[in-house]
Amino acid sequence: MAHSVRRDAPELPDFSLLKRLARDQLIYLLEQLPGRKDLFIEADLMSPLDRIANVTTLKQHDVDKLYKVEHKPIFYACENLLEEQGIFGDVTTDEWSFYLLPLDDDIISLELPEFFRDYFLEGDQRWVRTAGSALHLLHSVYGPFSKVYGIGRCSKMAYESWREQVEEGEQRARQAEIGNVFLIDRDVDLVTPLCSQVVYEGLVDDIFRIKCGCVEFCPDVTSSDKSIKVMLNSQDKVFNEIRNEHFSQVFGFLSQKARNLQTAYDKRSGMNIKQMKTFVSEELKGLKQEHRLLSLHIGASESMMKKKTKQDFQELLKTEHSLLEGFEIRECISYIEEHINRQVSMVESMRLLCLLSLTENGLLPKDYRSLKAQFLQSYGIEHLLTFSNLKQLGLLVEQQPGETLTVMESRVGKLVNDKTAGKLTDAFSSLAKKSNFRALGRRLNLVPKSDEEYDLRVPRDMAYIFSGAYIPLSCKLIEQVLERDGWTGLEEVTRMLNGHEFAVTAGSNGSDARVKTDSQRIILVMFLGGCTFSEISALRFLGREKGIKFIVVTTAITNSARLLESMLDNHA
Amino acid sequence: MWASLASHLAYHVTTVINSVCVCVCVCVCVCVCVCVCVCVCVYRKIELYEMGWSLRDGLKECLVAAAPYGGPIALLRQPQRPSSSARPQLEIYSSSGANMASFPWKSGPVRQLGWTVCDDLLCIQEDGTVLIYDLFGAFKRHFSMGNEVVQNQVLEAKVFHSPYGTGVAIVTGASRFTLATNIDDLKLRRLPEVPGLQGAPSCWVVLTQDRQTKVLLANGVDLYILDNTSCTPVTPPGLSPQACSIVNMAVSFSYKYLALFTDSGHLWMGSANLKDKLSEVDTKVRTPPKQMVWCRRPKSQQPSVVIMWDRLLLVAGECTDTIQYTLDEESVCVAELDGVRIIGGSRHELLQEVPSACQDIFKIASMAPGALLLEAHKEYEKSSQKADEYLREIKEQSVLGEAVRQCVEAAGYEHEPETQKTLLRAASFGKCFLSNYPPEPFVSMCRDLKVLNSVREYTVGIPLTHTQYKQMTVQVLIDRLVYRKLYPLAIEICRYLKTPEYQGVSRVLKHWACCKVQQKEEPDESIAHAVSVKLGEAAGISYSEIAARAYECGRTELAIKLLEFEPRSGEQVPLLLKMKRSQLALSKAIESGDTDLVYTVVTYLKNEMNRGDFFMTLRNQPVALSLYRQFCKHQEQDTLKDLFNQDDDHQELGNFYVKASYKEKKLEARLSLLQSAVDEYNKAKNEFAAKATEEEMKLLRFQRRLDEEKGEALLGLSLQETLHALLTSNFHKQAEQLYRDFRVPDKRYWWLKLTALAEKDDWEEMEKFAKSKKSPIGYLPFVEVCVKQHNKYEAKKYVSKVTPEQKVKAHLAIGDLEGAAEAAIERRSEGEISTVLSRCSPTTDRALLERLNRARSTAAKK
Repeated sequence: MAHSVRRDAPELPDFSLLKRLARDQLIYLLEQLPGRKDLFIEADLMSPLDRIANVTTLKQHDVDKLYKVEHKPIFYACENLLEEQGIFGDVTTDEWSFYLLPLDDDIISLELPEFFRDYFLEGDQRWVRTAGSALHLLHSVYGPFSKVYGIGRCSKMAYESWREQVEEGEQRARQAEIGNVFLIDRDVDLVTPLCSQVVYEGLVDDIFRIKCGCVEFCPDVTSSDKSIKVMLNSQDKVFNEIRNEHFSQVFGFLSQKARNLQTAYDKRSGMNIKQMKTFVSEELKGLKQEHRLLSLHIGASESMMKKKTKQDFQELLKTEHSLLEGFEIRECISYIEEHINRQVSMVESMRLLCLLSLTENGLLPKDYRSLKAQFLQSYGIEHLLTFSNLKQLGLLVEQQPGETLTVMESRVGKLVNDKTAGKLTDAFSSLAKKSNFRALGRRLNLVPKSDEEYDLRVPRDMAYIFSGAYIPLSCKLIEQVLERDGWTGLEEVTRMLNGHEFAVTAGSNGSDARVKTDSQRIILVMFLGGCTFSEISALRFLGREKGIKFIVVTTAITNSARLLESMLDNHA
Repeated sequence: MWASLASHLAYHVTTVINSVCVCVCVCVCVCVCVCVCVCVCVYRKIELYEMGWSLRDGLKECLVAAAPYGGPIALLRQPQRPSSSARPQLEIYSSSGANMASFPWKSGPVRQLGWTVCDDLLCIQEDGTVLIYDLFGAFKRHFSMGNEVVQNQVLEAKVFHSPYGTGVAIVTGASRFTLATNIDDLKLRRLPEVPGLQGAPSCWVVLTQDRQTKVLLANGVDLYILDNTSCTPVTPPGLSPQACSIVNMAVSFSYKYLALFTDSGHLWMGSANLKDKLSEVDTKVRTPPKQMVWCRRPKSQQPSVVIMWDRLLLVAGECTDTIQYTLDEESVCVAELDGVRIIGGSRHELLQEVPSACQDIFKIASMAPGALLLEAHKEYEKSSQKADEYLREIKEQSVLGEAVRQCVEAAGYEHEPETQKTLLRAASFGKCFLSNYPPEPFVSMCRDLKVLNSVREYTVGIPLTHTQYKQMTVQVLIDRLVYRKLYPLAIEICRYLKTPEYQGVSRVLKHWACCKVQQKEEPDESIAHAVSVKLGEAAGISYSEIAARAYECGRTELAIKLLEFEPRSGEQVPLLLKMKRSQLALSKAIESGDTDLVYTVVTYLKNEMNRGDFFMTLRNQPVALSLYRQFCKHQEQDTLKDLFNQDDDHQELGNFYVKASYKEKKLEARLSLLQSAVDEYNKAKNEFAAKATEEEMKLLRFQRRLDEEKGEALLGLSLQETLHALLTSNFHKQAEQLYRDFRVPDKRYWWLKLTALAEKDDWEEMEKFAKSKKSPIGYLPFVEVCVKQHNKYEAKKYVSKVTPEQKVKAHLAIGDLEGAAEAAIERRSEGEISTVLSRCSPTTDRALLERLNRARSTAAKK
């Protein structure tokens, strides 16, 4: 990709240290129990544990057998439960405070997929302190941070919890590796994670589901009879080059790569024995490896192409873009209705409904009721609970009488041309209480003008991750705040986002401010409630543009399906 | 050149010596060392202390317990005549014999004394009661080894240590064993019966293997392993056949090795799992020994056991030779990690295998690198030329590094400060001729020795070896000093070793403060003041722990005062709960942000308060309330309902019933739950949900009826699924009825029926359906659904019915490029023509392509 790097971006800190810390602590715990022992592990923890300490390491420390525990124990109440079962006295508990799992050079996950539901839906704050502790750990290993920005109630609490821990603990003066931190609540921007992902890594996640940085490609992809598990990170050279690319560009890139590879192989033909020897010993292994990866990614792309270049997908994207632009809303609603009628996919239908509600600031009562009824008849009445959850989170709501202005907007928008509509909607927005997405879109220029051609080969802004249709709100906020070094000038935006923004200079010593070190250009962005690969791609793009590096810390990698599935109330 | 080097050396050595000197001046112990050799192993007996106590009859008629790691010694002197009314006297001494406590024993007869890992004294009485005293003889608490014991009495008892703490094992008059692995977390285990055992076994030990505590016992010549569930007879491999009875046994410090002594005078040594034999020695003494302990240092390959009789001490190793010492007084052996301490009425000695580093250096005429270096240094001190010769010799063999290492290591094993100094000076001297020799081992050895010498000092009386010290860690040593109330020394050591404040000075100060709050005579105010003044500056002090101690001593007011100093709100919670300030505890827990803590308080409150008050309390604390709700969702559904009820939250109650209905298997119960949901939704004025729920009830009833009549399995399916099932099973009439009853929108119904018919290839019915009336979804879906079922023939039938706007799509769907082209050209739509063009391939008819291109340009012009 023809990205121009503005200046030398700083080196990323080494996060493998975090793995080492976690491993050492685990080993310490294992060694507390002398002799052979078995390990029972909750199914969800299998993958993260494997990233920290594999079976060989465990065996080295006298772990005999490993068992997978399928049901979910609820840890906080463990002691009570044990007491009820009358075995409390026979059990000792130790806590393995494993907070952070580095998934890649610039992605660290807390592996807490339940965070989103627990905090934003149930109002359960038990993870806030965990987030604070994670931040504290990063601060003590890679800090001290000099500036912390944030938005959202949870961010604020996590920040406070971290500050408390800093004050309680020992303070050591050291050279900072990470200078600035940005904390953001997922509910500040719910639109972005609900959009279909079209950047390679995001798309792979949407279709195949990446788990802990590892994806299982089905036989359909591997063109063999086996599924293959592949680690997806910057170590995979092929993947590293395409992960941030818009999907339409990937195939061209891969075929170019294949041609290069062929040329490299072809070198053999004119070689004498000695050259051949060096070729085999030095290059062949690398080529073979690249070959293997290349064929996997080509297989994956093909399989995705099959799914995603179909008319259906194009129409789906068109609808999404219309929703984001606030255009032809009626048609969108009929599309969604047909989507339900055709029973395409429960979660997808729900996603479109939520996107409609979020962008339109709620559905008209008539639409809300009829779509909901259709949905319930199709997928069962238990989704009354799902709808109740969605409503509570503000993902899918019914407009209250007197809030119909946005709908008028869209109607007017259809009648008159763009410019007039813009003026009119401006006027409306000042009247409407919370015409948030539209107003935010305008204020932050989230939706580029659709009449211009968008060249996906040479992206001009972060909108490329959604085919040029939308700049993710979360990333735009980060860009704006970093540019302004705070929230000044964004007062109206924060008001619409329900406030809770902050910008604090954490480092007290003035010497830091004078020396503009590399660490100032390394920004840690912490998403509370999860972030998508598309957002990470967008931040990487922003980083390249500005000559900075972003490190994404997230409670979990999410996407539309995961986010919505967490809203279901499984009665099973 | 020699001169300049010499001056350089002189400077270097002085700096080093300065650092060692300090420790030397405080040492008064006298070392007399005699080395004796068994096989390849050399043993030495070092005098640690001349005992400071004055015991009239030595250790005669005494119960003695001495703690390992140079710990304290307890004596319980039995009265001269059993009949006399005089009470026995309990005395506690340091290892050097300094009295720490002494008081008359007023409780019942004591069977056994022992020390815990925290330097507490355990007195195990005949009736099974175990009394715990601290180092200074203050009573701490007591516990019992079980009711059964009261009757049968304790015959013998042992105190043992494992990774789980200190344990106690007893054998009763009924020949039954009971043990507790950790006295701080008391769980009594009564072990199974031993077949044929009468009274006490001839000897027994406690073993810890694979996290299990077992008893190994001998009854005559029979050996048994007793664990929680079974009693297994075992045979040690290769035990001499002459033996009729095993009369004594000993297990090593690490529980890895076992020694058995038989009535034939044979000593069997092997692994504790009884799988391997190491050796067997005929001691030629047939009297049962008074005591037998293992004496081996870590990493040594040589097994050896020290056996004690009345006047004889014998060291037996792998070969038949034994070393014998005459004992001139009543003594006790204490097994250590790297040797055996022998405590007598007047002397305290250490018997150990001489470490190889010391052997190498001090062996007569040794040519080991360390020995040569020591010699070189001696000559250098005398300003003799020979120093150079020795050095040359070492350097020629390039073993100078090794020589320095040996000297440093050997210094660690020496008790005599003068010897330590000599060795360290030699090491330092050698170091000067080495570039890049890492300074850490030398420096840390100097530090360690300074610490060791200061605790070995007579007044402190902890004769730790370097090996023990390393195993024990500084933290534990600090703790031990603190237990002895040697606060200034502890702080001094922390500062000297630069121990982080948390683990070091702060911890010592905390202990000091805990001790301070127990001083009954001082008023609360002055104690609180003294504590805050002294601890004010120290980092990481836990005031709550100090407060807890004050509370334990019954000083609630002082506890509250001290808690105010605690900056971490979370830390205050447990004590606040204990002091019954639960509301305050809840606020503090919430303030701390630690949800686990909030849970703790909530659970506590739940048990303490009546339900109404509890709910009211939660209501005022939203954070706690949401946490509790979360808990209830998983654990206590009924409480959740009560919570919603209290808040009149009808919407949530409705949801609750709906959820409950899905867990209910019986239809009637399910329906009644749904009816409750309807009622709640109505109260919540949520007509939509009420209606949806009512419809669900209607659907369930319908499904049941059909299931009963037609044997279908519809119950629980959604409306859509029900319809689909009916249509695929040819129940068209019933499907129609549902469709009408539930007012299913036409569009969805048509899609549904269409797909259902296609799925079972009912093309005839589909055609009928298509003709039944005008399709509300158009006819393109018919084409698409047929194509999806791979039936192009049927698909074609519907292409003509498709609206003009969708014609192109329909033709393309059945792969009819020409038809699509015709339709597109007819409609003169540039977009559609392009779509068709994009589907053309190189094999497409030329003429068609041209027509399309022409049409496109015409359309574009328009």
